[in-house]
Amino acid sequence: MSFSPDDVTRLARLARIDVADDEARDVRDKLDAIFGLIDALQSIDTAGIEPMAHAQDVMMPLRDDVVTAENRRELYQAQAPAVADGLYLVPKVLE
Amino acid sequence: MTIGELARALRARETSSVELVQETLARIAASQAINAFITVDADGALAQARAADSALARGDAEPLTGIPIAHKDVFMTAGLRTTCASRMLEHFVAPYDAHVVAKLREAGTVLVGKTNMDEFAMGSSSETSYFGPVRNPWSAQCVPGGSSGGSAAAVAAGLVPATTGTDTGGSIRQPAALTGICGIKPTYGVCSRYGLIAFASSLDTPGAFARTAEDCALLLAAMAGHDARDATSLDRPAEDYRRLLAAASATRPLEGLRIGLPREYFASGIEREVIAAVEAAIAELRALGATAVDVDLPMVKHAVPVYYVIAPAEASSNLSRFDGVRYGHRAAQYRDLTEMYCRTRAEGFGAEVKRRILVGTYVLSHGYYDAYYLQAQKVRRLIAQDFARAFERCDIVVGPTAPTCAFAIGAKTNDPVQMYLNDIFTIAANLTGMPAMSIPCGFTPDRLPIGLQIQGNYFDEARMLNVAHRYQQVTGWHLQSPSPASGGEGRGEGLSP
Amino acid sequence: MTWEIVIGIETHAQLSTASKIFSGASTAFGAAPNTEASAVDIALPGVLPVLNRGAVERAIRFGLAVGGAINRRSVFARKNYFYPDLPKGYQISQYEIPVVRGGAVTIATDAGEKHVRLTRAHLEEDAGKSLHEGLPSELGGVSGIDLNRAGTPLLEIVSEPDMRSAAEAVAYAKALHSLVTWIGICDGDMQEGNFRCDANVSVRRAGGALGTRCEIKNLNSFRFLAQAIEYEARRQIELIEDGGSVVQETRLFDPDRGETRSMRSKEDAQDYRYFPDPDLPPLTIDDAWIQRIHSAMPELPEAMRSRLVAEHGITDYDAAQLTASRELVDYYHGVCKALPAADTASHKLVANFVLGEFAAARNRADVAIAAVPVSPADVAGLLRRVADRTVSGKIAKDVFDAMWAGEGDADAIIERRGLRQISDARAIEALVEHVLAANAPIVAEVRAGKEKAFNSLVGQVMKASKSKANPAQVNEILRRLLAR
Repeated sequence: MSFSPDDVTRLARLARIDVADDEARDVRDKLDAIFGLIDALQSIDTAGIEPMAHAQDVMMPLRDDVVTAENRRELYQAQAPAVADGLYLVPKVLE
Repeated sequence: MTIGELARALRARETSSVELVQETLARIAASQAINAFITVDADGALAQARAADSALARGDAEPLTGIPIAHKDVFMTAGLRTTCASRMLEHFVAPYDAHVVAKLREAGTVLVGKTNMDEFAMGSSSETSYFGPVRNPWSAQCVPGGSSGGSAAAVAAGLVPATTGTDTGGSIRQPAALTGICGIKPTYGVCSRYGLIAFASSLDTPGAFARTAEDCALLLAAMAGHDARDATSLDRPAEDYRRLLAAASATRPLEGLRIGLPREYFASGIEREVIAAVEAAIAELRALGATAVDVDLPMVKHAVPVYYVIAPAEASSNLSRFDGVRYGHRAAQYRDLTEMYCRTRAEGFGAEVKRRILVGTYVLSHGYYDAYYLQAQKVRRLIAQDFARAFERCDIVVGPTAPTCAFAIGAKTNDPVQMYLNDIFTIAANLTGMPAMSIPCGFTPDRLPIGLQIQGNYFDEARMLNVAHRYQQVTGWHLQSPSPASGGEGRGEGLSP
Repeated sequence: MTWEIVIGIETHAQLSTASKIFSGASTAFGAAPNTEASAVDIALPGVLPVLNRGAVERAIRFGLAVGGAINRRSVFARKNYFYPDLPKGYQISQYEIPVVRGGAVTIATDAGEKHVRLTRAHLEEDAGKSLHEGLPSELGGVSGIDLNRAGTPLLEIVSEPDMRSAAEAVAYAKALHSLVTWIGICDGDMQEGNFRCDANVSVRRAGGALGTRCEIKNLNSFRFLAQAIEYEARRQIELIEDGGSVVQETRLFDPDRGETRSMRSKEDAQDYRYFPDPDLPPLTIDDAWIQRIHSAMPELPEAMRSRLVAEHGITDYDAAQLTASRELVDYYHGVCKALPAADTASHKLVANFVLGEFAAARNRADVAIAAVPVSPADVAGLLRRVADRTVSGKIAKDVFDAMWAGEGDADAIIERRGLRQISDARAIEALVEHVLAANAPIVAEVRAGKEKAFNSLVGQVMKASKSKANPAQVNEILRRLLAR
């Protein structure tokens, strides 16, 4: 697998990370090297093998439906870059 | 000094927690060149120490009461800056305690500060920190390993007797090996991940560093336990991880123990000194009564590529919450929402973190999911099956923790693949969820530490710790300390063994 | 050439739990911004989701109610995309293996009953809200994010493309709405957005292959659903007839203009990068749990409808009307219970009243049944007076209005206003004599065989009695005296 400049642009866009023009070359080279390592997986026969998504084979624990959280808005919003009237502010959201 | 020794001294009134903390703060200040700490909380630590001293005076003390410790800066600590070694969280003050942080608080430990690490725990050298690289106390030119390098260096340099860490692909064991101390990664689910800033959720495991296996057992007992806030936390009866350690020392205390030696762990590409030290350690274990059996782990050679699909995939999603909206860094200049996201994340994350996010984004993306992510999960199962078969034939698996000793700062920073291969022996235990630890087993001629990895079957921590403990009773590697001149500019006073 | 419209509907029903699907925050509507957004809901670093049993229970209840299969093992996945109202940067949803698969909802159509098949129903979390108005004016060009709704449990119910008209789509949405409120898993308040529909609409020439579909998002009223589908089908047909072709896309309905329009196309094609959530093990549901929920299930509307016809003797039409809503039929049952006789006549009387006067009054006042000021017991008190002929049906209407206005119970109002029906034969005879004497020409017409004229005399008598005379007696006495 070898990445094209467009691939990097597309990925950076999906991941919402600006990649500056002067970084793009280096990012691409390193991604190529990493996929050189990863691509070894393609040759392994995994027919009939169940994927393993979790380190332990456990069942989902369930919570009782009770309200336990208190209002901690002031504490949490003390960390926020921009708030007004209890709302987190962001540049205008277009639909 | 070990936790055990400090606890005895505290109870005997030979010292106080306040004194211990003052000495600790002085040592940290004198060892700044190691760069083991991101945040030191002197006032908080002294207040906790005073409370610990009152508890000790009342005779109302837990085994860890008054012991100074430090947490890897990946754990949320209420009211204390928690950065994950990232610009993204440079000024972030955690509004709550991680479960293991709370457990260790309840156990009476005194939190002196937060240790340096690879940014978002992504790395094997502790060089990717926004707050600068950590230096190995044994050689200022060398890395301490990573990602929990600050925690490892802090114990190795004698700044604190114990620290916490997290191990996602070897991030406790590899730095423990490279700094000559003990580090344990328990079974996945034994310690809660609540309050651990997630890197790769199905692999992240809280654990601990200390000088001895006995101290590791003590710490693990305090950290372990079910937490209803983590759906992957296991609800099991409390366990005394020291229970096997107390038995009287027989001449052959490991009689009957079968140690599995995977051919794959002794292949070419491993430094000669590392192989020699590990083989000597195996001979020692046999002298203690263990028998060696060869085991096959044919799929384990795929562990690194599997890991570098699964971990970045999970990371790419876990790190999406760092978007500059509710907390953390936000870019100063942007024209619209998308630009705010893209700049915030470009500025807030370092190069390795961004690289892994891009890799993870790719392997999950449309058209590539089956070939990469799903395939990696299938090979993950094949690796787990290898270990299940191996543990039918042996009780523990031993081998080198890392293929090399500590390497020079900067030597691998421009070659991610070489960096990733540091974790070749440690990753499997994260993929399977099985416990593993590293203990010191020798030195290179340049006096750089070498680690022995001990891997156990699920929930076999006590047995693993017993093997390590018996080994430490007859060897002195864990008692070695770097000379104060070794680490950084080195005016730090190493805690003598 | 005739066109066929093909419609499938995805419904987001907000589950009526007290707490959120993955956190202990309240789901109550209308709190101050971000005061019901817990650490988990705002996605602080290090927090983890824990699944709410109540949400799973409701999903199972739905699966059983529609005759679907409950997957014994289902999986939560992450749907990754960036949006300020999505704090984690991903939504936890079920993707490959949902909790419910299959099932069907029965609707009434012009051509009779029709089964709309369901593809699946899965659990997921809602997002927060972006607010664009009401922010301080110095903050131009910003949106405010309120995460109170983030993490609210949703059941997404996906139908097969089985509907062929806007009317069928509305019938389906109404039947589904009635069902989810009936079994108590959703409050169904569409204004609060806790029952929202997305319609997938395509058109094809009769008998042809399926056309390209467009998805119209977030239709939160039955009227909008119908308008949006009609507009969209017309748009697609005209497009094709003009030689164009339909582009698969997401569209929004603008209620002010009655049109659908394309959502600003996302600059990057959506790639949600679904993968199993590593924080959540598979959801396992055992037979015993399903059995427990099954045995606690209320009687479903269709079963109750048949039973009301068989046991209460009311018409199938009335039974269908009553069982269209749980609250309505509960009200009906409440009135029946408070009446002394449980015979067919009483049941019919109650059904007529609840579907007639009661429904009309409620429509006029535009209130939910829970907010109706007259209790079922009070209605029973009134109907008892109708049954024993103390008041006529016509007077009962006035009494009911007075009860609604808070003037007291039926007996008190009848007494105070002197509305007791006149059944005294001598009193009615006096009224009739008076009317006959005053209307000689009409009497002549009646005698000449004009039946209409007879009704006019009845009207005159009733009017003279201020509607209080027993109409049956008036009839009888009038005929007797005319025949003299």
